[in-house]
Amino acid sequence: MPHDGHHHDHDHGEGSELSPIALRVKALESLLVEKGYVDPKALDVLIDTYETKIGPRNGARVVAKAWTDPAFADWLKRDATAAIASLGYTGRQGEHMVALFNTPETHNMVVCTLCSCYPWPVLGLPPVWYKSMPYRSRAVIEPREVLKDFGVTLPDDREVRVWDSTAEVRYLVIPERPAGTGGWSEEKLAALVTRNAMIGTGLVSLPA
Amino acid sequence: MNGAHDCGGMMGFGPVRAEVNEPVFHAPWEARMFALMSAMGDVGGWTLDEDRAACETMEPGHYITSSYYEHWLNGLELLLQKHGLATAEEIVSARASVPARAVTPTVAEAIWPAVTAPGSYERPIDAAPMFKAGDRVRTRQMNPVHHTRLPRYLRGQVGEIVACHGAHVLPDSNSRGLGEDPRFLYTVRFKASDVWGHAARDVIHADLWEPYLEAC
Repeated sequence: MPHDGHHHDHDHGEGSELSPIALRVKALESLLVEKGYVDPKALDVLIDTYETKIGPRNGARVVAKAWTDPAFADWLKRDATAAIASLGYTGRQGEHMVALFNTPETHNMVVCTLCSCYPWPVLGLPPVWYKSMPYRSRAVIEPREVLKDFGVTLPDDREVRVWDSTAEVRYLVIPERPAGTGGWSEEKLAALVTRNAMIGTGLVSLPA
Repeated sequence: MNGAHDCGGMMGFGPVRAEVNEPVFHAPWEARMFALMSAMGDVGGWTLDEDRAACETMEPGHYITSSYYEHWLNGLELLLQKHGLATAEEIVSARASVPARAVTPTVAEAIWPAVTAPGSYERPIDAAPMFKAGDRVRTRQMNPVHHTRLPRYLRGQVGEIVACHGAHVLPDSNSRGLGEDPRFLYTVRFKASDVWGHAARDVIHADLWEPYLEAC
């Protein structure tokens, strides 16, 4: 876990365990509370919301429904924002959604080279690697090499389509449904779908 | 602004290292920082574009070697001062010494409705799009000193319009407090071989506003 500061072996009382940046954030919070700008209870709710309520399980349900309901898949292709909203996933960083369907001919992969734009309502907050310089710098120039970092090797004849999220349009990759899942329930299918598969740095496969 | 944030195509950062079973936040301060930025965004009077611009003003060496939420911390400290919500001295001392601006903080009960409210960056304008799907366009060669969303690696490149998303708030204007100035937004497809000069048949898409594009 990079950039978390370091632990001290010695103890100078409360606060000595906090890294310089943790102390800065703590100081800023106390100032903003003192000035009446933020309610600490609202901060707790914001954190809980993105730790426990809004995360990649939402996106997995979208994918599973797309796999089992052709009318929904068609709606996703035409108007992903509305189709996803019909499942209750709306809001910040998901205002304008586009669904990208992987096929045997094409593989889609999403990045934000300029910051770390990410579809929060369906995937939650992005993982560190998505926000890191290695991913942001390399995804557009050598996507196949980046995929290898994730253990994914694509056939040469499969086109890789990279999507750089430079505006407020947010992308959700709909991975290919694995063979051998005929008749599975949406719930069982959703459990197979990983966050990385919905970014395009993973594929969905059956458990070994 | 040609800052360190605009890193598409840079080399030398090494492999992508994904963490197994990664937590949403790696330390309590990251969670607090996330929440502070979100909560202040509701009341501070700045836009998301201004927020991004503030995070991009970090000195390049510092930007590259610091974590995502440290970018946010630097951005928030800057925005608070710019919008008259806190002084540099207050931020250093962590003590209020000048009167607060009157704002109504978001209460806990209002968080869920706020974060899930369907929003839109599309604005109706009295104009027709210059381009349609299938048109060939060239991105402008430009190096503005202010915030922009045309990455360096896609400047002066020929691509094809894939879709028009209607007119969206223009970050170049909105980030500077100059108004939303909505312009047509397009998804543009580029051949990776054109952009990088290699042989891969892959393609790259970006969402680009009309002022970034010219007919070709």
